[in-house]
Amino acid sequence: MIYTYAFVAIAACVAIERFHNRRAKATIVLILAAFLAIAPRFYGNDAVFSVLADAAVYVMLALGLNIVVGFAGLLDLGYAAFFAIGAYTYGMLASPQFGLHLPFWVLLFLAAALAALFGALLGAPTLRLHGDYLAIVTLGFGEIVPQIFQNLTKYTGGPNGIAALDVPTFFGHSFGASVMPYYYIALVGIAAALWISRNLRESRLGRAWMAIREDELAAKHAGIDVLRSKLAAFAIGASFSGIGGVLFAAKLALVSPDLFGFQVSVLIVSMLVLGGMGNIVGVVVGSLLLTIVNSALLPQINSLVDATFHTTVDLSNLHFLIYGAILVGIMLFRPEGLLPNRERRAELHHAGEAAGDA
Amino acid sequence: MHEFLAQLANGVELGAIYALIALGYTLVYGILELINFAHGDVYTFGSFVALGIFVGLRAAGVLHGAGLILGIAAALIAAIIASALLNAGIERLAYRRLRKAPRLAPLITAIGVSFMLENLIELWQGSAPVPFPNVIPNPQLHIGALEVGVQQIVVVALAIVTMVTLHFFVQRSKLGKAMRAVAQDRDAASLVGINVDRTIAITFLIAGALAGVAGFVGGVSFGSAWFLNGFGAGLRAFTAAVLGGIGNIAGAMLGGFLIGMLESFSTWLIGGQWSNVAVFSVLILVLVFRPSGLLGETLPEKV
Repeated sequence: MIYTYAFVAIAACVAIERFHNRRAKATIVLILAAFLAIAPRFYGNDAVFSVLADAAVYVMLALGLNIVVGFAGLLDLGYAAFFAIGAYTYGMLASPQFGLHLPFWVLLFLAAALAALFGALLGAPTLRLHGDYLAIVTLGFGEIVPQIFQNLTKYTGGPNGIAALDVPTFFGHSFGASVMPYYYIALVGIAAALWISRNLRESRLGRAWMAIREDELAAKHAGIDVLRSKLAAFAIGASFSGIGGVLFAAKLALVSPDLFGFQVSVLIVSMLVLGGMGNIVGVVVGSLLLTIVNSALLPQINSLVDATFHTTVDLSNLHFLIYGAILVGIMLFRPEGLLPNRERRAELHHAGEAAGDA
Repeated sequence: MHEFLAQLANGVELGAIYALIALGYTLVYGILELINFAHGDVYTFGSFVALGIFVGLRAAGVLHGAGLILGIAAALIAAIIASALLNAGIERLAYRRLRKAPRLAPLITAIGVSFMLENLIELWQGSAPVPFPNVIPNPQLHIGALEVGVQQIVVVALAIVTMVTLHFFVQRSKLGKAMRAVAQDRDAASLVGINVDRTIAITFLIAGALAGVAGFVGGVSFGSAWFLNGFGAGLRAFTAAVLGGIGNIAGAMLGGFLIGMLESFSTWLIGGQWSNVAVFSVLILVLVFRPSGLLGETLPEKV
């Protein structure tokens, strides 16, 4: 069942990439949206929608990181830190931890703002750095943030985190134990993220990002405020992650520091690399594919193997191998990803012919 | 005072291990401008190879008297060879094709290789730390108020000998000269007849060998090996390389000892759970305020 939804969504994405007619694209988007909104009434169960809701959160995270890595060309290896900040915003302000029970809807926006603020705070001193140095600084930040959440036991519950988070309500109706509200909120979130991404890409700021990505020095001399554009990318990208964090925490009703480690940052980078950095539709496909592999395909293969060979292997510890193989394989054989962005593809192939150290 | 000296000795020991790993980052960065993210895992691999040799030899019952000395030498040499070959193999299979790609492509590939290695080592050795067989005697010496183990002294001595050898190799030997030439200008080096591919491969071999020494030393002094050891140690060593000035051999050694001290003293003074925060804060501060490091020279931005 989960594959039906994933297949429909991915097929629609591929179709959107293939058609160049705006009308045709809009039609496909509308049909897909209608299908994803209505089909759950007839088809599927809680387990399926739980996976799909998680997938949707990852799509949002990937779209946010895509603004930083894909549009602006800044490799951020600590993106999970903003996810953690979003999740802990909900964890600390909507739980018995401090006896504060702020509404979910308010925290959604507060978390976006906080994540954006921290994005800007991290970015302001570090964005002068180039390429791999920036990547390492963000990695360091990504390691520090969960560690701080782990150490400040008095406020954050320490290594155990905070449990029994509030169940969100919608006009007085509690979400209860159902996963459907999260699924629908995440769908709306994706729609908003897609809309924002697309408009940003076509905006003045989006073109500035592209110019910086292709040649920072030239962009600077063309009068682009490089630092401010990069800061905007960091802040906007982080805000997506903040919202994703609130959704994630509310659905799980739990936050703990080990949920936001380096492997989460690399997972999201892998989604981007797999789908095609910079291409919005490609990123959606990449994150759907990886989430489905992680939460549906691997467990199923696992039980199949166990049933056939009467073993108890644990394929869940193959995740690192899979992410790693995706990163290496794609970079070596198809650096533009499965569904490439046209300009990005040209950059990657052009660079192969030109001198090395751009 | 007693505790201070103990922490100092501990810091020097940690520092020697970080310095050995940091040299691998610095050599590769110097020649390819690539952060070899998988380097920490090459170190882990070296640890496990040494551990395997010790376990095998102990089972064979030869680890006493002269057999112990030979056994230690065998474990060390096996770790060096295995790590060197692994590192060179990674270069050949993953990085060589990407030499002319945009700079982020090899870095992303290196992260991918690191994840694969970690997972493979986990599949091979399990996800729990594996204790190192306690075969090397460690009598304690008292020098004034300082109490150190013979093991600690040997570890630090081994590291220093390795580093000095490396320094002379790079500065004096013909191959070292070729390495420096390729680091400076790859095209010009190939014009004067240096085999660039071979020189880069040898650099990876040497970097891997150093990781092998570190793997052996680290395994012995921490008393265990763990599939994720390389991630933390690698990041600390990379911080050390950056702190000293990346691409600079003396800088990597200095940085290694400073980071070792920082870890040891931060653990003592503010608690082990903050030492990560301290190390990574140093990394961020150095990169932001002095990206060329303590001993590095400021390079004009390449266009």
